[in-house]
Amino acid sequence: MSQLTNEQLERYSRHIILEQVGGKGQKKILSAKVLIIGTGGLGAPAAMYLAAAGVGHIGLVDFDTVDLSNLQRQIIHLTNDVGKAKTQSGRETINAMNPDVQVHAYDEQVTAANIRDIIGDLDYDFIIDGTDNFPAKFLINDACVLMRKPFSHAGIIRFQGQTMTYVPDKSPCYRCVFPKMPPKDAVPTCRQAGVLGVMGGVIGTIQATEALKFVLGIGELLTGYLLTYDALTMTFRKIKIPRNRRCNICGEQPTITELFDYEQPTCSFGR
Amino acid sequence: MKSDAFLDITDVVCPITFVKTKVALEDLDDGQILELRLNDGEPVQNVPRSLKDEGHKVLTLEDNGDGTFTLWIEKAGLS
Ligand SMILES: [Zn+2]
Repeated sequence: MSQLTNEQLERYSRHIILEQVGGKGQKKILSAKVLIIGTGGLGAPAAMYLAAAGVGHIGLVDFDTVDLSNLQRQIIHLTNDVGKAKTQSGRETINAMNPDVQVHAYDEQVTAANIRDIIGDLDYDFIIDGTDNFPAKFLINDACVLMRKPFSHAGIIRFQGQTMTYVPDKSPCYRCVFPKMPPKDAVPTCRQAGVLGVMGGVIGTIQATEALKFVLGIGELLTGYLLTYDALTMTFRKIKIPRNRRCNICGEQPTITELFDYEQPTCSFGR
Repeated sequence: MKSDAFLDITDVVCPITFVKTKVALEDLDDGQILELRLNDGEPVQNVPRSLKDEGHKVLTLEDNGDGTFTLWIEKAGLS
């Protein structure tokens, strides 16, 4: 890769100074490709920190438009963006933040039919699950396991958040921990479930951290652990999770060999 | 003293002084020598120290008599 420009040396100086990053590491970041599925509470802060870090290619997947009720937490979207496609609004914010970043927009919902093409479009290095529903979370897990792509899972609700990182062969997958979709009546509809806006900031930023560590090849990823965060009691817990040999997708005798969609619970209230 | 590369950081300030030096050293092989021109004061106090912290070998420091110094650094293979 070409030399860093003087402007880049200055913009990323606090990275380059780090012994574990350096100019070489920053070049890795500049040529990295990270796909962010969902530009909501989790995806918005993740996208912004990755853009600031200089991730060269950021893919944004979202089919929605910006709603006024999103702005309490989806900080990549501004008041003037209400009504715009979220990918467009996200692109504008990122472009204004850092000209080193190329944004690739996918104005669609991930489905079993399109997710392979989206991940394969740029052969993304790392995927961030910033979605807000179980069908998408299972689909992203299944696609990443089958395509052998590392990804960061996360979820936030009320004052709670959780996240874990999957790396092929090295860690349990989301299905190892949560084998099945929760029964419908056990899942609060989005109408009932509030969320403190900052939750996405805390957890989404951890997801961005994992993406950067993966790209740089440094430190220890959150593989084999589920990190939970309770904001009310200010408690972080790192729970060790084993690989499930009988996992339906990453186990010894997988029964899931093709992607499929779970039924999407409908909700019209802003995501 | 012979060197494999030359860098002038008299036109920049902290932390870009160190950043530029660090990146220049990354481009060298272990054992190669970087000749560095730097200003008196903060740069000459801090840059050599930061380079030692990263494991490089500071060989010689020469006062050029014009408010600048020349520093010879041998790259050590950490990065
Ligand atoms: Zn599994």
